[in-house]
Amino acid sequence: MISEREVESIAKLADIRIQKEELGEFTVQFNAILEYFDVLDRVEAAGEGRADLVNVFREDEVRPSLPVEDVLANAGSTEETFIKGPRVM
Amino acid sequence: MKVIIGLEIHCQLNTDTKLFCGCSTDYRDDPPNTHVCPVCLALPGALPRLNTKAVEYALRVAKALNLEVAEECEFSRKNYFYPDLPKGYQITQYDRPLAERGVVEIEADDGTPKEVRITRIHLEEDPGRLVHRSGRDRAGYSLVDYNRSGIPLIEIVTEPDLRSPKEARRFLNKLRNTLEYLEVFDGEREGAIRVDANISLVGHNRVECKNISSYKGVEKALTFEITRQKNQIARGHEITRETRHFNEGRGITMSSRSKEEETDYRYFPEPDLRPLRVRDWLDDITLPELPDARKARFVAQYGISHNHARTLTGDMKLANFYEKVAGDDPVLAATWVADTLLGELNYRDMKIDRVPPAHFADLLALVRVDAITDRSGVDALRTMLDEGAAGEEMELPSAVVDRFGLRKAAGDEFDEVAAQVVEAHPDAVADYHNGKGGALNFLVGQAMRETRGRADARDLGRRIKELLENKEA
Ligand SMILES: [Zn+2]
Repeated sequence: MISEREVESIAKLADIRIQKEELGEFTVQFNAILEYFDVLDRVEAAGEGRADLVNVFREDEVRPSLPVEDVLANAGSTEETFIKGPRVM
Repeated sequence: MKVIIGLEIHCQLNTDTKLFCGCSTDYRDDPPNTHVCPVCLALPGALPRLNTKAVEYALRVAKALNLEVAEECEFSRKNYFYPDLPKGYQITQYDRPLAERGVVEIEADDGTPKEVRITRIHLEEDPGRLVHRSGRDRAGYSLVDYNRSGIPLIEIVTEPDLRSPKEARRFLNKLRNTLEYLEVFDGEREGAIRVDANISLVGHNRVECKNISSYKGVEKALTFEITRQKNQIARGHEITRETRHFNEGRGITMSSRSKEEETDYRYFPEPDLRPLRVRDWLDDITLPELPDARKARFVAQYGISHNHARTLTGDMKLANFYEKVAGDDPVLAATWVADTLLGELNYRDMKIDRVPPAHFADLLALVRVDAITDRSGVDALRTMLDEGAAGEEMELPSAVVDRFGLRKAAGDEFDEVAAQVVEAHPDAVADYHNGKGGALNFLVGQAMRETRGRADARDLGRRIKELLENKEA
């Protein structure tokens, strides 16, 4: 069972602000979701999944990158071809 | 007070493309954000595809450092928010790394061999690069360049087996050298290596110094930190368990803003990538001759001293260069490369790959057949390197020697100069016959000046002495 305190700390780590009065509702939802996993655990066919599907690779071959205009298209703010972000450190 | 140091070293693997996408890693002279794609920019729906070369390179390192490769390993997500991390998580390896438990041998401070245990090696992607510009209007911003985002790294973690900053430096040199011999790493690339160091004094709390980005920086940061911790203890303060950042410019470590409690990264297996079963790849990996083996071979094959062999094999390019010029007189070549050339290169801040081996071999040939004196040899070398440093084409040393007339004076010319000097200084000649020891040196000095260094002092001395003895007779 997940507690309200755990929900609060997960919200903080996920950088999502939630109100105190919303905590109860989210806690109920978290627990409901986790209960589905208990259900899944009881399904036999789930087993180990595709244990044979390993080693999926790509060759070390250069592919074209995006044009810089496209890269910057969604950036809220830019300087030269940098993306401008909040000051950190 | 016993010092305990453990290192976490992040090294860039020199693949052509990034770890999970086909963007080129060679962004050196390109503007920011020109080597990015939906994957390394974390656009919705983009999926990572693992670079097989990066895995192979990491395995080479694991083999060379004697690690046990896991039968199966996998990638995990490390979740945190920072502007240089577009996905909101870094793909790394957590509880199932590629390889564990290895060992590297170095020289301890007392010169004895010492084993440093390697805890693990894992693969991970580098975040982007942040630039902080100063200036009032920019004070509230960082600039982000994602060209580095997704560059393949290996993280090598050691056990806390190092006992001094010098040992740490030697370990790093050995590691760098080994990685270069394996041809998986280019230590000269910007950002090629980044070190986090854990350091404590026995019986006290441990401090982590993050983000040291040069070899010299590691020794400096550790030395600073040991002094700081000793002073704290001497003043009766306990050491705070914390993370500190090394300020390279000022040579000091500074406490990072309070991140006292362990950050919760909520690691979980990366669902977009399949596990790896690559242990049997080791069978196909043939390791090249590594530094220690090459050093031993240099001593055995070329008959050079241990010190010379260590210097020459301490850098793969230097060792390759030496083998190209060793020729008929490897001992002479070792002396000239290790004792003369290296110093001249350092003085000019030049790299060994700027020196054409054929030019240097030409110089060695002149010295070897005694066509020039050592001093003229150094002069010719300096002229050649100065031309190179100025961006000009380097002249062959034999051409320099001819241009400046540096060839050793022939026998006749010797005799002539010796005779002239003896003739011109009757006082010194008299002094010599009166048993004044300095007189001969004075005459030789005069003769050396006449020949402008083209003659051996010893040869001239012998010739002048003959003349003086004959004169008396
Ligand atoms: Zn990319």
